[in-house]
Amino acid sequence: MSKQRILIVDDSSVMRKIIERSLRQAGLEEAEVVEAGNGIEALAQVREGVFDLILSDINMPAMDGIEFLRQLATIESAKGIPVVMVTTEGSESRVVEALSIGAKGYIRKPFTPDQIKERVMPLLGVLR
Amino acid sequence: MNTMLDAKTLKVVRPDATWPTLLDCAVKEVFKIMVQTDLTTMPNSEEGTPTGDTTAMIGLAGALCGVLSIRCTSHTAESITRRMLGSTGGASSHEVSDAIAEICNMVAGNFKDKISVLAEQCMLSVPMVIRGDDYEMVTIANGAHIALCLEYDGKPIWICLAAHP
Repeated sequence: MSKQRILIVDDSSVMRKIIERSLRQAGLEEAEVVEAGNGIEALAQVREGVFDLILSDINMPAMDGIEFLRQLATIESAKGIPVVMVTTEGSESRVVEALSIGAKGYIRKPFTPDQIKERVMPLLGVLR
Repeated sequence: MNTMLDAKTLKVVRPDATWPTLLDCAVKEVFKIMVQTDLTTMPNSEEGTPTGDTTAMIGLAGALCGVLSIRCTSHTAESITRRMLGSTGGASSHEVSDAIAEICNMVAGNFKDKISVLAEQCMLSVPMVIRGDDYEMVTIANGAHIALCLEYDGKPIWICLAAHP
């Protein structure tokens, strides 16, 4: 299997590190992880490179995760990249909104490494 | 925040006797999962004055308006940060602030999710961190105030929810 390329979008650098550690623990030791602190930075990363998966927070300054999803949908080269929201946002309407504009899943903070594994591995085509 | 709360359908929620227990539970769950630590509630935790030179705060707006804060010493905050990161080395000042802010964010989110109306009709601000202990928090509005003191490695962590009426 080729090395996966994963984009983590979160305004907290600590949370980005925790998510990356969870991915490594899930068996993605070789994956290339790229970080972005908000939706604007994430869109710039998507325009520059190819990703197999995006994990994104919702509540972020500058551009939140919902607006990021909307703009991501307009980028031809990004079509088909699965996006999983990782957020403290528990509002059902926000979750439904994210799923309706393209998110493939949702992980609530706080999360365990197993929860990351369960959501992420099927989207990468990796058998659990 | 993209979702606007509709003032016409907004239900105002008042704190009740179950909230201290729900808040206590919310804090312990976050620490259990993200810090791999079991906190214990200190006896008479509703008494006393919060102390510590690191305070994270997050605003709540909508069905409940107020501020949730977490206060501890910088030493405790650094220990929490190291455990969150799985690190044995030191943590930078930025990482400590970031980690404590995220803990506060997760506690607020976890707490509001335990109260059905709040889950949908209460929004959170971006958290902020105050460094230093020479300050006093004064709530102008005469609202409800829930304070808990939990023990982390023998040291206190204060959790306060100041709700506006």
